[in-house]
Amino acid sequence: MRIDCQHVWEHISAYIDGEVEAVLRAEIDRHLETCEICSAILDSTRNVVVLVADDRVFELPAGFSRRLHDRLGREMELAGP
Amino acid sequence: MEEPPVILSENARKPGAESEAETIRRILAGERSLFHELFRPCERPVYLLLLTLLKNEAEAEDVAQETAIKAYLNLRNFRGDSQFRTWVLSIARNEGLGRLRKLGTRREESLDAGADDATGDFTPAILTSWREVPAEALERKELGAMLRKAVNGLPEIYRNVVLLRDIEEMDIRETAAALEITEGAVKVRLHRARALLQKALAPQLGAFAPKRKGWFGGRA
Repeated sequence: MRIDCQHVWEHISAYIDGEVEAVLRAEIDRHLETCEICSAILDSTRNVVVLVADDRVFELPAGFSRRLHDRLGREMELAGP
Repeated sequence: MEEPPVILSENARKPGAESEAETIRRILAGERSLFHELFRPCERPVYLLLLTLLKNEAEAEDVAQETAIKAYLNLRNFRGDSQFRTWVLSIARNEGLGRLRKLGTRREESLDAGADDATGDFTPAILTSWREVPAEALERKELGAMLRKAVNGLPEIYRNVVLLRDIEEMDIRETAAALEITEGAVKVRLHRARALLQKALAPQLGAFAPKRKGWFGGRA
């Protein structure tokens, strides 16, 4: 069985997560060897996932943690033992 | 020396889970201040989840604080059949939905049922080559802004999943539990979200890739 580009795109996310079963994975790998478009889509998707996950992209507001623990501490005092 | 070997071997297998359970036991036994440390790893995912839901930094921060308080007050009800973080995220989500109702801004769009049948164009951006954008490129503020804009532009049901799965690196099971959806729904939504992000970002990201040297006069 040879798979087409559309079929590869449907599995890109699972492929990135290593959740594609072995036979299909081998088919996708074979397709990627000769398909520049699917290789570029896979590489760009993986690159996007890595960049979005970087801690510098989504940061907590300055002082967030201190304010949270201050309020939490006050409430814990009120709640008693 | 007196500890039974079976306990030691359990500890060796699941140090994280053991220490979390042990910390909770100590808090409930009276060492209340340990709760601060227990909650610390939850702060970021809780805030980001609430920001996704409420779309307002001040509201998200306020509800994050209320989530911490509620988790403390209900700690005795935590059964330990999920990670503490998963339990806290469920509280955060419910508190966030409650706040939306209170604010009268609850959108009627379905967050769960039927959403995964939605039709849409999840075709990725078609490219013929890709030059890797390294993480160092994030030193440029405009790249971070571009990524935030793309994630924030995702429909809510996809944004939640990207946030927990890709940004907070939770596994599929924990993501499903925190959002109270099936693991299958997590996979479908994650796939669509990544396709939407690739489509939105790939055409623009090339500007942040290192320049090729083009020694042989090939494609640069």
